[in-house]
Amino acid sequence: MSQLVDDDPRIIEFDVRTDEMLVNMGPQHPSTHGVLRLVLRTDGEVVSQVEPHIGYLHRSAEKIGENLTHRQWIPYTDRMDYLAAMNMNLGWALAVEKLMKYEVTEKASHLRVLIAEFCRIASHLVGMGAYGLDLGSFSPFLYAFREREKILDLFEEACGARLTYSYITVGGLTADLPPGWLSRCEAFLDQFEPVIKEYHTLLTTNAIFVKRTAGIGVLSRDLAIEYGCSGPVLRGSGVDQDLRRDGESIYTAMYDGYAFEVAVMKDGHYPRDRQYPAVPSDAVLGDCWHRFFVRMLEVMQSMDLVRQAIDRYSASKGTIGEPLKLTEKMPVGDAYLETECPKGQMGFYLVSDGSAIPWRVRARSSSFSNLAVTHELCRGCLIADVPAIVGSLDIVMGEIDR
Amino acid sequence: MRGPSFLEQLRDAVSGAVVGENLTAIDPWINIAPDRMADACRWLAKSSPVRFDSLQCITAVDWLETDPKKAAKVSWEPRLELVYHLWSTASKVSLVLKCTLPRWKDGVAGQLPEVPSVTGVWRGADWHEREVYDLSGVWFTGHPDLRRILCPEDWEGYPLRKDYEQPLEYHGIRGR
Repeated sequence: MSQLVDDDPRIIEFDVRTDEMLVNMGPQHPSTHGVLRLVLRTDGEVVSQVEPHIGYLHRSAEKIGENLTHRQWIPYTDRMDYLAAMNMNLGWALAVEKLMKYEVTEKASHLRVLIAEFCRIASHLVGMGAYGLDLGSFSPFLYAFREREKILDLFEEACGARLTYSYITVGGLTADLPPGWLSRCEAFLDQFEPVIKEYHTLLTTNAIFVKRTAGIGVLSRDLAIEYGCSGPVLRGSGVDQDLRRDGESIYTAMYDGYAFEVAVMKDGHYPRDRQYPAVPSDAVLGDCWHRFFVRMLEVMQSMDLVRQAIDRYSASKGTIGEPLKLTEKMPVGDAYLETECPKGQMGFYLVSDGSAIPWRVRARSSSFSNLAVTHELCRGCLIADVPAIVGSLDIVMGEIDR
Repeated sequence: MRGPSFLEQLRDAVSGAVVGENLTAIDPWINIAPDRMADACRWLAKSSPVRFDSLQCITAVDWLETDPKKAAKVSWEPRLELVYHLWSTASKVSLVLKCTLPRWKDGVAGQLPEVPSVTGVWRGADWHEREVYDLSGVWFTGHPDLRRILCPEDWEGYPLRKDYEQPLEYHGIRGR
């Protein structure tokens, strides 16, 4: 009899003591969104510590910026958050304009809002699609990229590039929109609006998706603020902050007269200006589901803003003006400006010694601060939840490593 | 808020912290003595009338003119300047702190200048300080785990210093 028990593999398993194990995830792991390496300390399925290692995509953008003029650095900002390059261009252009006390024409300002919000939709579509992929659901990715492709086609028509645009530049934009672009844009929005319902069916209200995200990776309000988290990660924790409303005057002036509600849960509900699915009962404020949901609400919000921008752009008189000369000198001084990018608050700081080439440029990346909080979120979670948590932060390594 | 009265409160609360200010700059800034940096930040984050509960960014600016011809003309002293950008989530206002350090501690090349770490005030300062140490060579005393973050651990030199020279090779990879 005893011989029988010893041979039973189920019983032997109880005899095996589990040891702590170091698991290396990445830098070529598909769910790490680029070249991020996570070192997990695990005991069986439970993760006790996560340590992110970054720098695999470091391209010394800040050092390069000390050798180029302000406008020549625009293409390098493209390559930071390459999924929202328009917003990166805008952030840097506004920071330089803040230092130079330069104001763009009204038409250019409306066109910038239009383009930046349109790019936000494209970025959130990737965030949403890739998040589905992280959680093992392949179809949302295809649905998201199908629509994003149409946005990229429109961008290509406007500026010639599909990913690294350099369209918004210091002093305005490199070109005006081609004829007929606005009507094609409106046609896209009309077609896109019902598709969002599909996304809600595929992910937001999907039972498996809710099980994988609701109550997972809860980021408390205070922790989010202390780590300098921003964007949907901060708003997903219930902090009412959006720089398009709360930022510096040079940035908020662009959005003057635009009607939008910040996508954040206030008094137990999200803004009630449109139809959206109910919050599942297992979801806790600050968890992966809420971060994802804020992004989905922002897609709808940006669609509204694009529609308003189309009207105001067509109604405004004059031209979009001319961008500044490449060698236009900057005044002595320094300026810092943060803008609300799809991933969070992207800040650009520049110090000038009076020439056209900045003395020092600095990019404060939102994903950098958002990723820094991972080790707090992953403490005590299951290995399978690590991709769910990292994916919900929607990071882009190009922006973190610069 | 950004006016002189707030500055007076900071002067009273943390003695010897404020060593200069410029309230008329595009982004008004306060210059803090390096050894009082952590105390000043603790007051700003925890006890000041406006709670600066979030640290957005730390930047090191290297003031050194490497061209001898131009260096004779510049009016400023060579130095390293730390710039802290703080933000108050409740009041939606920002604050800029600056801190002037020597380029090398005691003027000995290779000895990193020191400043107290603010990781005890904002946990998010951890990575920001590691990045400044990595790229600009500033030692944050009291930081729990100060090591390179973007460059490899065995990298030599501090790339964002103005007198940095790119290595000719790194583990058999040609640099220039």
